[in-house]
Amino acid sequence: MSIDNHMKLSFAARSENEAFARVAVASFVSQLDPTLDQINDIKTVVSEAVTNSIIHGYDNDPSGIVHLEVEIAGDTISILIRDEGRGIEDLEIARQPLFTSRPELERSGMGFTIMENFMDEFEAVSAPHQGTSLRMKKRIESKKALFN
Amino acid sequence: MSLQVELEQQRNVLIVRLRGELDHHTADIVRFKMEDAILRGRCDHVVLSLRDLQFMDSSGLGVVLGRYKLVKGRGGRMVVCDAHDNVKRLFELSGLFKILSFYDNERSALAGLEVVS
Repeated sequence: MSIDNHMKLSFAARSENEAFARVAVASFVSQLDPTLDQINDIKTVVSEAVTNSIIHGYDNDPSGIVHLEVEIAGDTISILIRDEGRGIEDLEIARQPLFTSRPELERSGMGFTIMENFMDEFEAVSAPHQGTSLRMKKRIESKKALFN
Repeated sequence: MSLQVELEQQRNVLIVRLRGELDHHTADIVRFKMEDAILRGRCDHVVLSLRDLQFMDSSGLGVVLGRYKLVKGRGGRMVVCDAHDNVKRLFELSGLFKILSFYDNERSALAGLEVVS
């Protein structure tokens, strides 16, 4: 089974929209018939990326805008989550497990580790004052394909 | 609101039941309610009961770790029970699995605390 489809959303950097974003993506990718575990992985990574944009990119300023794009090509989901916020100075350090730039906010520092673990491909592009883009891919072995 | 926090005191143990989705948006409610109950109440230990927690991300790990430190700093223990597999997986990935004890249900969690108190 091969589907080619895409969607795009832009929304205010408000914490209420973390749940909105992950449910929207889960609903969009459901056409590939993923397992509950796969859906949960995708919801978690979307939640991590959007939360990063809101807290770190925009410092909780709701006038910031988070951009979300999802593409389905064949059995692979590509997710792009992008902000125009303050950006990340050192991506190597930011990607270390348990590293957080905001310990006073009780951040666990696990966001990047989770995204890298739950997805097949993960790429981060960022520069100070130029925002952050996270691109991730995950292949969904369709249950339908197994029966065809 | 997509997260409910239910608190119940059983002797010197505070049982915290989370229902719904724990993320950055809902983490503050958990933080404030637990902090308030731990600091005001007469509990030594905390059982975090997660049967009805459908979703958690790394913001949840942060709030759990913060309350763990608070309870431990007061000489108590915090244990987790009834966590879904997806929630357990995050605890494993972050290493929190090593410092918190996990039980299948509230009864065994309470029994486990009885032994050490």
